[in-house]
Amino acid sequence: MNKKAYGEYVKARMPKSPLLKDCAFAFLVGGLICSLAESLLHLYLYWKIPEETAKTLVPVTLVFVSALLTGLGVFDDIAKFAGAGTLVPITGFANAVAAPAIENKSEGLIMGVGAKMFTIAGPVIVYGTLCSVVYGVIYWIVGLF
Amino acid sequence: MRLIRLENPPTILGSAAVGSKKEFEGPLGADLDLHDETGTFGMDTWEKSESEMQRIVLNLALAKAKCETAELDAIFAGDLLNQCVGSAYGLLSFGKPFFGLYGACSTFAEAAILGSMLVSAGYFHKVATVSSSHFCSAERQFRFPLEYGGQRTPTAQWTATAAGSFILGKEGEGPYITEVMAGRIIDGGIKDANNMGAAMAPAAIDTLLAYFEESGNSPDTFDRILTGDLGREGVLITLELMKREGYDLTRVYNDCGLLLFGGKSQDVHCGGSGCGCSASVISGHIMKRFHSGEFHDVLYLATGALMNADSTKQGSSIPGIAHLVHISSHK
Repeated sequence: MNKKAYGEYVKARMPKSPLLKDCAFAFLVGGLICSLAESLLHLYLYWKIPEETAKTLVPVTLVFVSALLTGLGVFDDIAKFAGAGTLVPITGFANAVAAPAIENKSEGLIMGVGAKMFTIAGPVIVYGTLCSVVYGVIYWIVGLF
Repeated sequence: MRLIRLENPPTILGSAAVGSKKEFEGPLGADLDLHDETGTFGMDTWEKSESEMQRIVLNLALAKAKCETAELDAIFAGDLLNQCVGSAYGLLSFGKPFFGLYGACSTFAEAAILGSMLVSAGYFHKVATVSSSHFCSAERQFRFPLEYGGQRTPTAQWTATAAGSFILGKEGEGPYITEVMAGRIIDGGIKDANNMGAAMAPAAIDTLLAYFEESGNSPDTFDRILTGDLGREGVLITLELMKREGYDLTRVYNDCGLLLFGGKSQDVHCGGSGCGCSASVISGHIMKRFHSGEFHDVLYLATGALMNADSTKQGSSIPGIAHLVHISSHK
């Protein structure tokens, strides 16, 4: 059997990820996180915190909770079932920064935590910034007319 | 001829297997000589834990073989960590001539082949073979940080936190290593690092076919034919493709990665993997069955995926290798 035929044979017989189940869990958990964020906003507003500050406090709270759950070793257990539900919101970003920070403390604060902290989140920052620049340029051009 | 029939088959004087909590809770837990509940083996980094595991397993094997460290002529060992530091630091204190080997997850058989050939040839009287893998040190080297929240694909495998060791000697009552065959690097063209079973199966098939052809033995000669860590997917591929070649392995064939963990409840997807996976299953579970008289002939094919974290990112396919060792209760 040549490589091409073997590759096709392997692909055909490979068990697939349970897409429907994964999507359902992602929808439920992702939705739950967003509802929680919305409730937080209402709570902060109820506490008479100015709207601008409250809107900043919501992601700050989510990042804090995610990093805490990562440190306690619970986040990955939730994410195993939630998948994109925890990955896509800011919770996933917080986990992607906190997890390597914890993991690489054995190599020291500089070459371990400092250097490796953004190995997973780095691409998100790089391309996120790039996209915002491109978006800004388009926004500026559209504004000319 | 790739097959080597050892003129003076060395005896496996003693063997030992260690693991962590997960391996202990698996179906073969009772066959481990020692396990550590935390997986740290009392160390503060995962790399040191893996080294400590090697130090412990070799000491246990020496004790079971009733062999003093001073009697050892050489140690053949390897692991999955960059530059094999698991073995280097773990075996430092023994002060013995050391051969550091890398055959990915096939290292234990590679060590057994080289060790038994050199004992058979008379250069060494007693040698030790050791290999290990640690889930936590392997994850951080090959995949993601432990606490990263990701999902595994159904074909993914779980790196065993385990180690195994043989003490091979010129004289003894057996079981013996009677035949060995080194594997070739076989590239099946698979690029998916989450489907190692499929990547390594062509190598296992290559070695098996060469062995049956050159030895004249049939699968029925053996109590068990065991691959190292093909996992469920690799096992099914091997069974089916061997059948197409005219060899029905259904009765005798199994895989150390499938034996080590207990199906769905342990959440290991396709099964165990890593240098320590087959090393601990062969050194623990299988050797115990030789001593109880249940097994007389076992064909052990340790399989390895010859890639690193960067080669897969660069789009290179994952070649495999399968080293074969025939363990027998008679010469």
